[in-house]
Amino acid sequence: MRTVIFRTSAPYLTSLMVLFSVFVLLRGHNEPGGGFIGGLIAASAFAIYGIACGVSPVRRALYFHPMALSGFGLFLAALSGFASLFFGVPFLTGLWTSPEILGVTVDLSTVLFFDIGVYFVVVGSVTSIALALEERERL
Amino acid sequence: MASGSQSLTFFVLVLPFVAALAAPFLTRALKHNAAWVLALAPAFIFVHFAGLLGTVADGATVSGGYAWIPSLDVRFSWFLDGLSLTFALLISGIGTLIVLYSGGYLKDHPQLGRFFSFILLFMGAMQGLVVSDSFLTLFVFWELTSITSFLLIGFDHRREASRRAAIQALVVTGLGGLSLLAGLLVVWIATGETELSGLLAAGDTMRHSALYLVALVLVLGGAFTKSAQFPFHFWLPNAMEAPTPVSAYLHSATMVKAGVYLVMRLNPAFGGTDAWETVLPVFGGTTLIVGTLLAIRQTDLKLMLAYTTVASLGILVMLTGLGSDKAVEGAVLYLVAHSLFKGTLFMVAGAIDHESGTRDITALGGLRRAMPVTFAAALLAALSMGGLPPFFGFLAKEEIYAALQFQDGWHGLFTLVAILGNALMLVIGFAVALKPFLGPRVATPKEAHEGPPLLWLGPLTLALVGLVSALLSETAHHFVSSPMASAVAGNDIAVHISVIPYISVPLALSVLTVILGIAIYWFLDQARAAMAALLAAIGWGPDRGFDQTIRGLLRASFGVTRIIQSGRMEVYMTVTFIAIALALWAPMTVFGEMPDLPEMPDLPFYEWTVIAIAVIGLGAVVYARDRLTAIVSLGIQGFAVALLFMLLGAPDLSFTQFMVETLSVVILALAMTRLRLHPSDHRPTNEKLLDIAVAGACGAGFGFLILKVTQMPFDDSLSAFFKTYSYVIAHGRNVVNVILVDFRGLDTLGEIAVVMVAGLAILALIRVRVPKPAAGGKEGG
Repeated sequence: MRTVIFRTSAPYLTSLMVLFSVFVLLRGHNEPGGGFIGGLIAASAFAIYGIACGVSPVRRALYFHPMALSGFGLFLAALSGFASLFFGVPFLTGLWTSPEILGVTVDLSTVLFFDIGVYFVVVGSVTSIALALEERERL
Repeated sequence: MASGSQSLTFFVLVLPFVAALAAPFLTRALKHNAAWVLALAPAFIFVHFAGLLGTVADGATVSGGYAWIPSLDVRFSWFLDGLSLTFALLISGIGTLIVLYSGGYLKDHPQLGRFFSFILLFMGAMQGLVVSDSFLTLFVFWELTSITSFLLIGFDHRREASRRAAIQALVVTGLGGLSLLAGLLVVWIATGETELSGLLAAGDTMRHSALYLVALVLVLGGAFTKSAQFPFHFWLPNAMEAPTPVSAYLHSATMVKAGVYLVMRLNPAFGGTDAWETVLPVFGGTTLIVGTLLAIRQTDLKLMLAYTTVASLGILVMLTGLGSDKAVEGAVLYLVAHSLFKGTLFMVAGAIDHESGTRDITALGGLRRAMPVTFAAALLAALSMGGLPPFFGFLAKEEIYAALQFQDGWHGLFTLVAILGNALMLVIGFAVALKPFLGPRVATPKEAHEGPPLLWLGPLTLALVGLVSALLSETAHHFVSSPMASAVAGNDIAVHISVIPYISVPLALSVLTVILGIAIYWFLDQARAAMAALLAAIGWGPDRGFDQTIRGLLRASFGVTRIIQSGRMEVYMTVTFIAIALALWAPMTVFGEMPDLPEMPDLPFYEWTVIAIAVIGLGAVVYARDRLTAIVSLGIQGFAVALLFMLLGAPDLSFTQFMVETLSVVILALAMTRLRLHPSDHRPTNEKLLDIAVAGACGAGFGFLILKVTQMPFDDSLSAFFKTYSYVIAHGRNVVNVILVDFRGLDTLGEIAVVMVAGLAILALIRVRVPKPAAGGKEGG
C-alpha cells in the first residue's frame, strides 16, 4: 500500500478532503451535506493519511486524541441546546441571529454549533477506531 | 403564606447542599477548624425552623412549593407540621453538634473535607425527606439518604469490612426504597393524591381502598428496611464500620428514624385497621426483644449501642402500631429522648475510642478522672436511657407504660415485651456509661485524657438538653411533644406528663423495670456468655443469609451468562440473523400480509446497468476466493446502491451511503488483517448451508417488507409538513439536515452520544490484550 505515489499524494489529498468536509458541513443547512457526512469525509481523510504515512504522523497532526475531539463534539452539541434556556424556550430550540460582518450578512445559529458538534463526534469516533486498527496492524 | 418566607424555606432546604460543595475548599484552607464555619449552616437552619415553632404549636402548618412536572401533577413541595418540624429540628440541631464533633474526631484525617461534604449532603437529604410533601420529592430524598449513608459507611474504603457494610446497607435500604416507590405509586392510584398533605386530608379513602393491603405491605417494606426492623436489622450493626460521628448521626439519631417517620406520617391515613394494629406491634416488639438480647452479647461499645438502636426503633414502630393516643404520646416522647441520649452515648463512645485507642468494654475502666466531662455527659445520657427521673427518657417511659399497662391480653403481652426491653436497655446504657469510667484504671493502648472541646461539646450539650427539656416539660410539650403527637395521631392531643412521679401503675412498672435492669447488670458477664453460647448454637443469622443470597445471585447470573454468552462470534451472528428473519417473516405470514409480486418495471438502460453492477458485486462476494476480495466486492454493491439513490433524487442519502461504504470497507479490511484469520473461508458444508439459508431468509424478508411498504397507501402528511415549514421555522432548505439538527435535535443528540460510547467501547475492545498462555504466567504485553 505504501507506494511512493500514494505517500506523496496522501497529504494533499487529506488536506483537500478535510477542507471539503468543512465545506460540506457548513453548506449542510440548505444544500446536501451536514455534520454527519462532513464528519465521515474528514474521518476517511485521516484514515487515508494513516494508511499512507503511518499512524503517528496523523496523531501528531491531530494534536488532540480523536476521542477527545469526539467528547468535545458531544459537549458542544449539548451546550448549544442549553442556550435556549436563557430565552425561556424548550431545550434545543434553534436560535438565530444575522449580524453583518464586513458588509456581509452572516446567519449564525445554535443549530450550526449543534451540527459542528455532530461533525466532531463522528470524526473523533470513526478516526479513533480506524487509527487504533491501523496501529495494531504492524504489531 | 408570604413569598419571602417561602423562598427562605427553600433556601434552607438547599443550604446543606451548598455547604457540602464548599466543605472541601474550606477544609483545605482551615483544616479541622472548618467545622466551626460549616456548623453555621445547620445552626442557621435550626434557628429558622425554631422560628416556626410558635406557628406550628398554634395548630397551623407551614407549606409551600414550586411546580416541577406540571403535566404529571408533580410538585417540589414541602409541608411542616408538628411531626416534620420536630424531625427538622433534631436533624439540624444534632447536625450542628455532629459537624463540630467530626472536626475533633477526624482531626488531621486526610479526607476530612470529603467527610464534611458527605455529612452535609446527608443532612440536606434527610431534611428534605422529613419536610417533603409530594411523594416524588419524598422518594428522591429517601434514596438520597440511602446513597449518602452508603458513602459514609464506606468512608474508610480501604477496609473490606467497610465496603461490605456499605454495600449491604445500600442493597437493603435501596430495595426498601424501591418498595416504597411502588407503594407510593399504589397510593397515588388508589387515592389520586400526589402529596402527603392531600392524603392526610383524604380521611378514610386509603383505608377503604381495595388496594390498601398492597400499599401497606409495599410502604412498610420501605419503612422496615430503613428503620432496621427484624429481620432486616442486620445492616445497622454492620454500619458501625463508619466513623463514629456517622454512627451517632445517621445510624441512631436521624436516618434510621426515617422509617419511623414514614410510619408516623402515614398513621392518620393508614392506621387504625386490624392489619396495621397487628403487623406493626408484632414486628416492633420482636425487633425490641431481638435487639436488646443481641446487644447484651456485644463487647464493642458501638455495637452494643447499635443493637439498642435497633431495639429502640422496634419500640417506636410497636407504639405507633398500637395507635392509641397514649401510645402515640409515648412514641413521640421516646423518639425525642432516644435521639438525645443515643446521639450522646455514641459520641461518648467515639471520644473514649479516640482518646484511649480501644472501645472494647472489657479492656476499659477507671477513666472517670482522666475524662470527667465525657463521663458527666455519658452519665446524664445513661440516666435518660434508663428512664430515670428527672430526664426526658423518664417521661417517655412513663407514657409508654401508661399506654400499655395490661389493658387486655394483647396489650399485656406488649407490656411484658416493653418491661424486658427497657430493662435490658437500661443495662446496656449503664454498661456503656459506667464500665469504662468506674473501677480500677485499666491500661489502654493510648494514655487517655480529656479530648478537646470539639469532642465533648456535642455530647454534653445533647445530654443537657435531655435534662433541661424534662425539667421544663410544660414548655417542651407545648412546642414539640403536643404538636408532634397531634400530627401523628391525626387529632389534637395535649401531652401533660412531668418529671414529678405520682403513685400509679406506670410508676410501679417503671420501678419493676429498674429493679430488673439492675439485677441483669449485676450478672452482665454471665448473661453475655449465655447469649454468646445461644447464638453459637443457632449459628445462622440474617447477616449470613445476606451473603448467601448475594453468592447465589452471582452464581445464577454467572450460569445464565455462560449459557447466553458462548463467546463464539458465529453463534452470535447466526442467532441475531435468525431473530431478524423471524421478525420479518412472522408478521407477514401470520397476518397474511404478503406483498403482491410486482410486474417487471420499465427502466432506462442506465438504471439497469447500475442494478447489474450491484448484482455482479454480490456475485463477486459469494465467489471470492479470499476474504479481502469479498470485502472489497461488498463495497461495489454498496456503491451501486448509492448510485441508485442519486438517480432517484436523494442526494443526501447517496452522499452518506458513499461515505459509509468507503469507511466500512476500510475498517472491515483493517479489522480482518488484525484478526489473523485464514485468508480464505473453510466452513464445512452443513454450516455453509445453514448460513445460506439464514442469509436468504433475511434478504428475501427485507425485500418483501419493502415491497409491501411501497404497496401501502403513502401518508405524506409528515413530509408535507417538513417541506412547508423547513424554511419558515428552521431557516433551512435541506429538509434532511433540518430534521436532524432542529426538528429532531434531541434524537440526534442521543444518537451522537451513542456513536461516541460505541467508539469508546470499540477502542477498549481493540486495546484488550489476551495474555498468551505460552508467556509462562507473565502478564501479556
